[in-house]
Amino acid sequence: MAPFVIRRLIGMVAVLFGVSVLVYVVFILVPGGDPAQRMAGKNPLPANILNIRKKWGFDKPFYVQYVRMMQKAGNGLIGKHGEYDILTSFQNRQNVVHEIKRGIPATFSLCIGAGFIWLLFGVLVGFFSAVTAGRWSDRLITTFALIGVSMPVAWLAVVLRYFLAEQPKKPIFPDGEYVPLTADPVQWAFHLLLPWFCLSVLFIGFYGRVLRSNMLDAMNEEYVRTAKAKGLTRRRVLLRHVLRNSLIPIVSLFGLDFAAVLGGGAILTETVFDLKGVGWYAAQSVGDLDLPPIMGVTLYGSFFIVVFSALVDFMYAFLDPRIRPT
Amino acid sequence: MAEPATDFTLDSAALLAAEEHEVSIVGRSPTYLAWRRLRRNYVALFSLVVFVLIVACCALAPVYAHRIAHTGPNEIHATELVRVNGKDRQVVGGGSYLDPKTNQFVVRGISVLGPTWWHADGRFVLGSDALGRDVAVRLLYGGLNSLKIGIGSALICSFIAIVLALIAGYFRGWADWIISRFFDLIWAFPVLLLAIALGSALQINGFHHFGINIKPGSLWIPLLVISYVLIPYIGRPLRGQILSLREKEFVEAAVGQGASPLRIMFSDLLPNVASTALVFFTLIIANNILTEAGLSYLGAGVQPPNPSWGTLIASGQDQIHTAPWLAIIPGIAIVLTVLSMNIFGDGLRDALDPRAKVRVEH
Repeated sequence: MAPFVIRRLIGMVAVLFGVSVLVYVVFILVPGGDPAQRMAGKNPLPANILNIRKKWGFDKPFYVQYVRMMQKAGNGLIGKHGEYDILTSFQNRQNVVHEIKRGIPATFSLCIGAGFIWLLFGVLVGFFSAVTAGRWSDRLITTFALIGVSMPVAWLAVVLRYFLAEQPKKPIFPDGEYVPLTADPVQWAFHLLLPWFCLSVLFIGFYGRVLRSNMLDAMNEEYVRTAKAKGLTRRRVLLRHVLRNSLIPIVSLFGLDFAAVLGGGAILTETVFDLKGVGWYAAQSVGDLDLPPIMGVTLYGSFFIVVFSALVDFMYAFLDPRIRPT
Repeated sequence: MAEPATDFTLDSAALLAAEEHEVSIVGRSPTYLAWRRLRRNYVALFSLVVFVLIVACCALAPVYAHRIAHTGPNEIHATELVRVNGKDRQVVGGGSYLDPKTNQFVVRGISVLGPTWWHADGRFVLGSDALGRDVAVRLLYGGLNSLKIGIGSALICSFIAIVLALIAGYFRGWADWIISRFFDLIWAFPVLLLAIALGSALQINGFHHFGINIKPGSLWIPLLVISYVLIPYIGRPLRGQILSLREKEFVEAAVGQGASPLRIMFSDLLPNVASTALVFFTLIIANNILTEAGLSYLGAGVQPPNPSWGTLIASGQDQIHTAPWLAIIPGIAIVLTVLSMNIFGDGLRDALDPRAKVRVEH
C-alpha cells in the first residue's frame, strides 16, 4: 500500500503544478495584449504601467513571469499583499483570499447539507428502481431521474425561488439570505432548504441512474447467483452483495462531485439564491471581467478536487483490493 | 427432404433451413441489428423526432422573424402599439413618469406585453421583454445560438477526445502518460469555474494566437471553451477501451501484416469504439446545452444583446415579478431539448450495446 500512496501523492503534486501553469496561461497569456496595462486599471499612469511591467517581469521570459506570479500568490496566501497581485482584485483592490474565506461558511453549509441529501436520495432512487426494474414504479422513478438531469440548475433555482420564496402573499420559504449556523440552527436549515434541493436534484438523478445500471449489471454476476443458490434471503442478497458492490463507483463519483461543489462548483445555486459563498464571489466578478477573484476561486476549487480525488483513490484501494497494485 | 450433408457447417444449415421453410437465413450486420433494436424503441425515436423538430424550428428563426413577426432578434419596439384582438396595446407600458397635473414624479414599475398567442397577426406571440423585443423571435434565435454551441462543441470535443484517446491507446507509454495527465489537469478544476475563467479571460481581448482571430463577444468563445473543458469526459473512457482493445489479437495481426499506426488507429481501433463514441456524442450535446445555459447565465458565455437560452433566463430573471414567462419559457425549451437528447442517447446505447437486453429484464 505504501508505494501506491507515495506514487499517488507525487501524481497529486504533478497535477497541482499543471494547475498552476494553466492558471498562468489563462491569467497572463490568454487575454492577449499588454498584461501590465490590463492590471493598471482604467486610465493608468504610464509610470504605473512601467512599474507593474517591471515587478511582474513582463519584459522577461515566461518562466521568470511564472515564478514571480507564484511568489506573489504565495505572498498573498500568507497575507502579504502587493498592490498588483494575482490575489488582489483589479476592480476594487479587495484581498481575494480574505473574500474567499468569508464565503466559506455559506458554501460549506450549502454543500454539506446538499451532499447528504443527494447521496441519500440518489442511493434510494437507484436502489428502488433497480429492485423493481421493468415495473411501473421503476419507469416513474427513471423518468423523474431523467428529467432531473435534464434541467438547467440556474433555471430551476430561478423558478423555484419565484414560486416558493418570492410570492408577495405568504411565501412558503424565506427568500435567500444566509443565516449563520451559530446564530440560529433552525433558521439556518430553513433558509437553506430550497438551495439544498436545487443543488441536489441533478446529482440525485445522475446517481440514481448510475446506481441502477450498476445494480442491474451486478445482479447478473456469478457471485450473486452463488449467493442466491446458497439460500440467502433476497434482502440479504440485495443489500450485502448487490448494493455493496454497486456502491463502489458511487464513492468515487461522490468524492469528486462533493469536492467540486465545495470548491465553488455550486456557483449557479449560490448566485441565484444570493448565498454569499465562494462561487457567488467568483460570479460577481464575471461582469467586470475582473480576473483575480475568478482565478483565485478556480485555484481554490482545483485544490479541493485534487486533494479529494487522492483521498477517493486511497479509499478505493481500501474498499476494493483489486485496484491496489496499479 | 434433402439428404443431410455429412459435413454440417453453417452454410449447410442455411441450405437446410431454406429447403424446410423456403426462406433463407440472411446474415445481418451489427449495424443492422442495432438499427432494428433502435427502430423498435418508440420512445427513443420519438425523442429524436422532437429534437430534430426543435433544431428545425430554431434553424427557421430568420424566416419566422422576417415573414411572420416582422422583426429581428435585437429590434426594439418599446414605444410601439400592437393591435391585439382589435385593441391597441402598448408593447412596454408603465414606468416612472412626471405627472403634468401635480407636477410630481410618480415611480411605477413597467408592464410589458404578455403572450398574444396569434391574436396580433403573429407579432409578440410569446410577449415582449422589458426593451420591447419579441420574445418568440429571441427564443428561436437564442435556441439557434444554444444549439450551435451545443452541437458544435460536441463535434469539436468528440473529435479531439477521440484522436487523443487513439494516440494514447495505440502508442501507450509516454504518449499515454502525457495525454492522461492532460485529462487529469482539466479534470482537476470544477468544470463550470474553469469554463468561466477561460470565458472571461477570452472576453477581454478575444483570442489572437496561432493565426486564429476571435473577437470578444463571438459565439466561438463559449463554443471552444465548452469543447475544451469537456474533453476528458469522452477521452478518458475511450482511452480505457482502446487500451484494452490494443491487447487483442486482431491488432497484433494488423501489426504483423505491417499496417501503419494510422491505419490501425483509424480502421482497426476506431470502428470498435465508434458505438461508444456515438452514444457519448449524443449525451454530450445535452450536457453542452446545459453548460452553455449556466455559462451564459453567469455572463461568461454568449454576450448580450446576442440571445441564447442561458442569457434569456438571466435577463428574464430581472423581470420575473412583472413577466415571469420571460425566464420560464427558455428554461422549458432547454429541458425539452436536453431531455430529448438524453432519452435518444439512452436508446442508442441500449440498441448498440448487446447487454442492453440483459439490463432491462435482469
